[in-house]
Amino acid sequence: MKFVDFDYHAPETVEEVVDLLGRYGDDAKILAGGQSLMPLMALRVADPEVLIDINGVHGIDTVERVDRRIRVGALVRHRRIEKLPNLTDGWGIVSDALAMIGHVAVRNRGTVLGSLAHADPAAEWPAIARALEAEITAESPRGNRTIPADGFFDSYLTNALEPDEIATSVAFTLPEGQVGSVFEELARRHGDFAIAGAGAVVVLADGLIADARLALIGAGSTPVRARDAEAALVGRAPSDDVFAEAAEIVYDSVAPRGDAQGSAEYRRKVLRVISRRALRSASARAEGVGQ
Amino acid sequence: MTSDRQNIHVVINGTEVEAMVPVRMSLADFLRDELDLTGTHVGCEHGVCGACTVLLDGVSVRSCLLLAVQARNRSVRTVEGLADGDQLHPAQRAFSEEHGLQCGYCTPGLLMATAEILDEGADDLNRDEIRERISGNVCRCTGYQNIVNSVATAMRYHREAVAGE
Repeated sequence: MKFVDFDYHAPETVEEVVDLLGRYGDDAKILAGGQSLMPLMALRVADPEVLIDINGVHGIDTVERVDRRIRVGALVRHRRIEKLPNLTDGWGIVSDALAMIGHVAVRNRGTVLGSLAHADPAAEWPAIARALEAEITAESPRGNRTIPADGFFDSYLTNALEPDEIATSVAFTLPEGQVGSVFEELARRHGDFAIAGAGAVVVLADGLIADARLALIGAGSTPVRARDAEAALVGRAPSDDVFAEAAEIVYDSVAPRGDAQGSAEYRRKVLRVISRRALRSASARAEGVGQ
Repeated sequence: MTSDRQNIHVVINGTEVEAMVPVRMSLADFLRDELDLTGTHVGCEHGVCGACTVLLDGVSVRSCLLLAVQARNRSVRTVEGLADGDQLHPAQRAFSEEHGLQCGYCTPGLLMATAEILDEGADDLNRDEIRERISGNVCRCTGYQNIVNSVATAMRYHREAVAGE
């Protein structure tokens, strides 16, 4: 359908954005890539009175890569990360997930930070942010602050930003050591929202699992870290039995909702399979990295 | 369409255009209703089907998910801008020769997606990679086989043209 009317602003600086957010608060939505917001507006599920188009704002489209850390500005599109050279070794979780985000045209406009702020529990970037313990930087009339990913996702489509705050960048950091990571998901069609999925990060040291992170999508109203499953892996030698054990813990501990795409029980079973596969692949990639 | 209007300058298929557009008008509707460029088609109107695909500053985008005002000072290429006078774009030639269309509704979107593939220089994709690349364009008629053939042939024309330079 056609979009309902709104007031449109196209600020050029972050300060102007913050000022507009201060004025309009909950009546306003940020328009970046628009690949989540505009479909909602087209279906008339979202009806903001004010659109703040940040595509002309200066200084928020940088990608900084230093050692094991990648910092991404608010206007960085998915496609730009997809085309980064040398996204290898430990960054598999990112390169795997990017291929699953919509389609090329969606990735040409959609932004990493937009996906995080939209906080859809079936989206890939929020799970990646939790698996890599990312930090989101936000600006408001009160200055700026850093919000850890663990505290950023409040609920379904709800983030921890204040109404007068804008997320301006996010930093992802790979853990130190021999790291492998992977993203797996189940969707009915290529590019569809995931029914369930997992981002896994495994760190090996002297042949044993030194650290494991498992972030699940489709397991709740926000991406879920499977902490009990992670704890059961630390100190163990990687093997399919060990990963199957962890996957069973996931099955026992998750409480997903059922919907048209699948019942709660179906999702639990899928999460068990995907957790096992993701952990196995992440561990294999870590082994492939070598010391 | 009731809405505040803003003035925009935009380059459409190489031609400078100036227009007053309602802020809530989509780029797709602007192209079709204001500029009579009805080659860009509106299918699902929420970003899933790909029929509305155009190139914005050279990259494929869903014109149903963009506001016309967002094209301000940018360049847009639609299916009407593919041919060079009487000479068909390699994608158009290929789709015609390989019967990559039946009703033609999805075709402009696929042609723009194919044009982007060629512009990127990705002219040696295998069939699985082609399917991956065009997975954002839905077709109800063809069953996709001839579409994949068409993209493969378009890539061959591109390789031949590059080799001939």
